[in-house]
Amino acid sequence: MSILHLVNKSPYERDSLDTAADYMVDGDAMLLIEDGVYAAMSGGKAASKISGMKVSVLGPDLAARGISEEKLVDGVTVVDYAGFVDLVESNDKVQSWL
Amino acid sequence: MSETKKFMYVNRRAPYGTIYAWESLEVVLIGAAFEQDVSLAFIDDGVYQLVKGQDTAGVGMKNFSPTYAALGDYEVTKIYVEKESLEERGLTLDDLQHLVWEDEDDDWAEKDSIRLVSRAELAEVFSGQDVMFNF
Amino acid sequence: MKLTIQVNEGPYQHQASDSAYFFTKAALEKGHEIFRVFFYHDGVNNGTRLTTPPQDDRNVVSRWSELAAEHDLDLVICVAAAQRRGIVDDGEAERNKKDATNIAPGFRISGLGQLVEGGIQSDRLVVFGD
Repeated sequence: MSILHLVNKSPYERDSLDTAADYMVDGDAMLLIEDGVYAAMSGGKAASKISGMKVSVLGPDLAARGISEEKLVDGVTVVDYAGFVDLVESNDKVQSWL
Repeated sequence: MSETKKFMYVNRRAPYGTIYAWESLEVVLIGAAFEQDVSLAFIDDGVYQLVKGQDTAGVGMKNFSPTYAALGDYEVTKIYVEKESLEERGLTLDDLQHLVWEDEDDDWAEKDSIRLVSRAELAEVFSGQDVMFNF
Repeated sequence: MKLTIQVNEGPYQHQASDSAYFFTKAALEKGHEIFRVFFYHDGVNNGTRLTTPPQDDRNVVSRWSELAAEHDLDLVICVAAAQRRGIVDDGEAERNKKDATNIAPGFRISGLGQLVEGGIQSDRLVVFGD
């Protein structure tokens, strides 16, 4: 049963992205929200942790922080709140890595 | 409410510095009355919650660590402790409280509640759950 | 799908309540059912009507109240967490002999069982916090 992993903290402040990435199994998805979106910036130290994984970022949180979509790691998908709801629906449960 | 779900309470916070550990334990205690299939996971700083010998007299806070030992009486018998998190923090099982439950189907034999599992094993346990509780 | 939303942080200090609000709104717009929004830990502070944010800022509390009125949402504040933090309705004021109440419209105070019930009755539990 697939899990949507929610990460809301900067990878440079907390270890939640590390742990969440370790807990991702086949079929799971990750959504970066709030300060978690910083992990999706290419060139950052954290970028290697999410490359190759099924990762989305919340667009409104990106925009609020001045991150343009061109700066994102390849393969990361941008979603709005409606897309967030769809991700919750398409996975069997949600794990918030608070 | 006849449906039984697999509930996983995920604990990633150390005790006392913030209230999350104590208030999440309160949910576990209340939730026990709903007779769901309950498990607890202790990951990252969450493993500090189970360290034995906690003495809060000097910080003026309630020592809630004895409550973990009572979980068996609430039929909360599956307590997963993640091996990597323990090791990273220089801890072993001997540093934690010895948590047990009595198995009524086995002549009330006392059994260990703590299951020491690897991160990969716990990820598989997570896959089998219905609801994840986070605090 | 039927959803329960859990909010673990108060307004303004963290984005948690804002994220939960926009998520809830989007879910309603897509036709999903919100079984309950449960406020826990400092999240109970989302339920005081006594906040006065500056004119040019959003009003986190009244935004929840308005959404509740519009969609008949069940906004539940945990009683144990509320007692610790001083969120009071008429019943609590009487029980604990307080000289005032501060609960905002659309919110009610109830037990932790309401969260557990949300986990049982809903298809998904989504938690917002620190």
